[in-house]
Amino acid sequence: MSNMSAMKKRLLKTLAESISEQVDLFNTAEVECLIHDYNVLLGEPTPPGKGVPGLDRAKFRSILHNTFGISDDLMMDRVFRTFDRDNDSSVSTKEWIAGLSIFLRGSLDDKIKCNFRVYDLNDDTFVSIEEVYHMLKNCLPGLPTKEERDEGVKDLVEITFKRMDRDHDGKMSLPDFEQSVKEENLLLEAFGTCLPNFKRVEAFERRVFRELKK
Amino acid sequence: MGLSLTRAAQWTTATSDAGKLAPTPMNVSLLKEVLRFVEQFSSQHPQEAEHVFEEPLQWSTALVASDFKTDYDISDLDVQSPEKDNKGRPLLQLSPPTVCVRSFSQLSKLLHLADNKRMEEVQACLEENRDPVVKILGPSLDSILEKADAHTDGLVDEEKEEDQSKDIKVKLFLLLQDLDKQLLSKCLKDMDGRDGLDPGAVRNEVEMLKRHSSEGEKRVLKSVRYTSDYVFSNGCRAPPWRQALNEICYLVIEPCDTETLYITCSTAGVFLNGGINREGEEIGFEQTSDVFKDLRALLKSTSPHFAENANKQDFEEELPPTQKTQHVELVDAEEQGQPQRSDEQQEKNVHEKERQRHAPNKANDRKKYEPCRRWNNLGLVSPRGKTPAGSVPMDAFSESSSESEEEEEQSERHPESNTDLPSEYWQIQKLVKYLKVGDQNATALTLCAMMEFNLMQETCQLAIRDVGGLEVLINLLDTDEVQCKIGSLKILRKISHNVHIRRAIVDMGGLQSIMKILDSPVKDLKALDAETIANVARFRRARRTVRQYGGIKKLVRLLDCAPNLANLTAEQEKDVEVARCGALALWSCSKSTKNKEAIRKAGGVFMLGRLLKSPHENMLIPVVGTLQECASEESYRIAIQTEGMIKDLVQNLSRDNDELQMHCANAIFKCAQDKQTRYLVRQYKGLQPLVSLLSKAHNKQLLAAATGAIWKCSISVENVTKFQEYKALQTLLCLLTDQPEEVLVNVLGAVGEFAKIPANKATIRKCGGIRSLVNLLTGTNQALLVNVTKAVGACATDMDNMIIIDKLDGVRLVWSLLRNPSADVQSSAAWALCPCIENAKDAGEMVRSLVGGLELIVNLLKSTNNEVLASICAAIAKIARDKENLAVLTDHGVVQLLTKLTNTTDDRLRRHLAEAVGHCCMWGSNRASFGDAGAVAPLVRYLKSKDKAVHKTTAMALYQLSRDPNNCITMHDKGVVKLLIHHMGSDNEMLLEAAAGCVRNIRLLAQENRKAKLFY
Repeated sequence: MSNMSAMKKRLLKTLAESISEQVDLFNTAEVECLIHDYNVLLGEPTPPGKGVPGLDRAKFRSILHNTFGISDDLMMDRVFRTFDRDNDSSVSTKEWIAGLSIFLRGSLDDKIKCNFRVYDLNDDTFVSIEEVYHMLKNCLPGLPTKEERDEGVKDLVEITFKRMDRDHDGKMSLPDFEQSVKEENLLLEAFGTCLPNFKRVEAFERRVFRELKK
Repeated sequence: MGLSLTRAAQWTTATSDAGKLAPTPMNVSLLKEVLRFVEQFSSQHPQEAEHVFEEPLQWSTALVASDFKTDYDISDLDVQSPEKDNKGRPLLQLSPPTVCVRSFSQLSKLLHLADNKRMEEVQACLEENRDPVVKILGPSLDSILEKADAHTDGLVDEEKEEDQSKDIKVKLFLLLQDLDKQLLSKCLKDMDGRDGLDPGAVRNEVEMLKRHSSEGEKRVLKSVRYTSDYVFSNGCRAPPWRQALNEICYLVIEPCDTETLYITCSTAGVFLNGGINREGEEIGFEQTSDVFKDLRALLKSTSPHFAENANKQDFEEELPPTQKTQHVELVDAEEQGQPQRSDEQQEKNVHEKERQRHAPNKANDRKKYEPCRRWNNLGLVSPRGKTPAGSVPMDAFSESSSESEEEEEQSERHPESNTDLPSEYWQIQKLVKYLKVGDQNATALTLCAMMEFNLMQETCQLAIRDVGGLEVLINLLDTDEVQCKIGSLKILRKISHNVHIRRAIVDMGGLQSIMKILDSPVKDLKALDAETIANVARFRRARRTVRQYGGIKKLVRLLDCAPNLANLTAEQEKDVEVARCGALALWSCSKSTKNKEAIRKAGGVFMLGRLLKSPHENMLIPVVGTLQECASEESYRIAIQTEGMIKDLVQNLSRDNDELQMHCANAIFKCAQDKQTRYLVRQYKGLQPLVSLLSKAHNKQLLAAATGAIWKCSISVENVTKFQEYKALQTLLCLLTDQPEEVLVNVLGAVGEFAKIPANKATIRKCGGIRSLVNLLTGTNQALLVNVTKAVGACATDMDNMIIIDKLDGVRLVWSLLRNPSADVQSSAAWALCPCIENAKDAGEMVRSLVGGLELIVNLLKSTNNEVLASICAAIAKIARDKENLAVLTDHGVVQLLTKLTNTTDDRLRRHLAEAVGHCCMWGSNRASFGDAGAVAPLVRYLKSKDKAVHKTTAMALYQLSRDPNNCITMHDKGVVKLLIHHMGSDNEMLLEAAAGCVRNIRLLAQENRKAKLFY
């Protein structure tokens, strides 16, 4: 950061301060590191006129895959959607850091809300059994025939959905999901991995915050 | 039939209706058996069925002519069969109310006709023909049998026709004999079951309780488990030497509302024991409660929660009472007209009723429980073979002890089709399949679905094992997926409450995989993992595995946390939880001696000491539990003292948690062997809380621990003084009655220590303690006898106490304990006798009144135990003060026996031996006899001993012996004079005088000798 101009430094500082006011899970110094890392990830700044500056879907996906170990296509798209809050098909600095705050340090409640949005494929605030089926359709690859696979998945989805649909209205709402996950934490990522695991988080933090540790 | 009818059948005894079969269940089943035999006879043995009886069976029947069908000749009221014997008499003849029957075929026809009155007919027939066999075959059975023998030898071959009929007779006879045997064995079986519980009934009840003790709001118990995983072929789990006392198994039940119950199931019923916790423990078998007819009755009386919920829950519905049989038996009791036995009968009926009430429930149980075995038999368990981890061969299970036998038994009893497999089985099988083929998501979801089952229920636990689920779960532990590992452990943690699962996990090497996870950085995972280990390591082999794979070190490392910070962060809280689970696991592991050592070497003592400062009881219980378990080792006792843990232990004594208090008291009990520890307990004001624990008399385990701690602490006199401030002795004396043995042992130990102070001796007397003590002399528990004799001995040093002891015949009781096979009891009794003899008013007469007593005591000089020998010598020294008794002792050869012992090097024995020799010199030619036997020379050597007490008694013995000239010569030769002169400078007057007296005797002899030389 030493060769950065004073101007840039000041800009960075102001940005970091403004972001850390909104994202309370990181302090300003950490936010600075994250911004810096974001800029590195971004590489060449987006040429003006070619869309909103920020991480586009492809870049974001490759980061998810390589850094956070989330590899399912559907899940990567959905996670992108949750990061990209303003729906402009690009993740801005602010959006990136807000998203990461949940990824790295989110409480269970944060993660429940986040994951529910990931799983709510059509964004209608409910997860329907069809959506669940869609997310899990390939979850039993080891069965020999397609019929068996389909039947097994159907069975598993039904068992799970029955358990998680607390109010038995045929669709899963956020309270349904929340209640189920609180009862059994394993259900947090029931329909697909959309959070980095412990090791990845640790590795990421170690890399990005290494300046601070010194 | 003859035997069973005369012996087994229960004939009524009331004079009014002599010769009736009492309507007991056993008779009913007997009749049924006979009925079946007769009914099937003509179809199974057509030839024999046609055989004509020697004499007809006659009885008054309830059948009338109209009951008979057309193939009989019916005339008015009479009926005749068309078949006739060779003398023309009809084989069946009815002239109401009497009926005559001459063959089995007619008999069975008649019974078919009688239809639902069959039983009555058979009964009437047997009642009126008290010896049917004789009537059927004739009185000369012997001759037939002889013939039969000859016939089989093939010697006689004449009179073929007659022979053939005899042949049939013999066959008939054999058939009847077979029936007889069958009936008898059936009766025996019935009687067997009558005495009370049997292993099957116990197991079924335990299974039922287990089903109701799973998690959830509706559960009635926290947990139910056996202490031993091994089941003997007879269905018992108790060790063979306890089985000899009719004990079946031991259970540990945690009710929801009271402390853990330790229960013994015996054929007589169930009762609380002294806390048999694990297999292989040698203590705690004593009965500490009333005997209850079954577990439910016991639980109802001890756990209000259970009593309340048990009535609500379905297993009450599962037990419809079968009133009928019970009623029958009650009638029986009345008819027998034996009022003096009625109580017993009633009680039996209760048993009977309870068992019968359970009968339908049993069937129910089995239904849910037994398929596991059958799946094995049917080979339905093929998935097991598919997984690589499933390398455990089937026969490894059937070989390994318990379950195979258990389940085999069940499949024998229940040989139906497999249509009634519980639905759980199929569902679990399906889920295990998904686990095998699914990706990470599917695995997590499947594990969640599996957790929805009641995993505390044996059906589900065994189903998981039987479909190969254990292997998959263990395999998941070796993957990288934290979520899957957590899910797998959550399941393993629960199902490992089952003994079979535990064994299976260890057999397949799963424990190693489980232990690897202890290195994980994820705290939730570590906590779950340690908790699973705590469950699995409940048997020896598992504990050894944990140690051999370095698990102890890892577990000890888990204990590293800051337990007593005021405000914990979420992470620190997780650390504490990990430490708590680690402590739980170590607690399980610490049951093995080598593990105790391993824990210490891994630095566990320090860690445990730090956790001991935790404010949380759920942490303290496993920590103190481990410490008290380990305190059986000297090294731990030292460490507990030097690491300052006594203070914490004492402080936790005052917490309001019975279990914690019990473990703390137990730890103090074990540690207070040490003087410094006793001092510390007093220093930290631990004596008062110990005394106040005595008020918790309902919790016997706690009481035993508290009294144990008081006992050991009271070894220090200062502590006794302190205890007196809290009136401990008075409270203890109240505990001398109606307490379980393990409490009594400790109370007696404490009373024995208290009684060393004169003032307390009077207190014991005033509180009526002497009588309680003497009453306890009739016990059988050896530890108890050792302590009670010590206490009696201590009390007997007071003259007033001795009068009471004598009055209560206590000396005789103590004396008779010399016959006890235990050396500890023998010596303790002999030590107690010493003050008794010393202080009794007319000791000589008292001793003489004990027939055979002196012979008994002399014979004990042949013991090989030095402590016994020393105590007996001491007693002999006291007895020998009475001349008459000494004469008897001499007659029994006491001189030779004492002499044989003189070569010992044990100072304690030497001291009392010399004392006995000294006193035994006082009779007849005993002095010379000792000399002749060679006792003098070894005694001289005793003077070189380092023990001053030995010097004193030896000098006195030598003084006595020196009054025989030959002994003087021997002594002189052995250089006694120099040694004695040395002791003449002693400040002990008795020693000094005895030594001087002895030297004087030697000197006198020498002078005489010189005179003789001079003058003759």
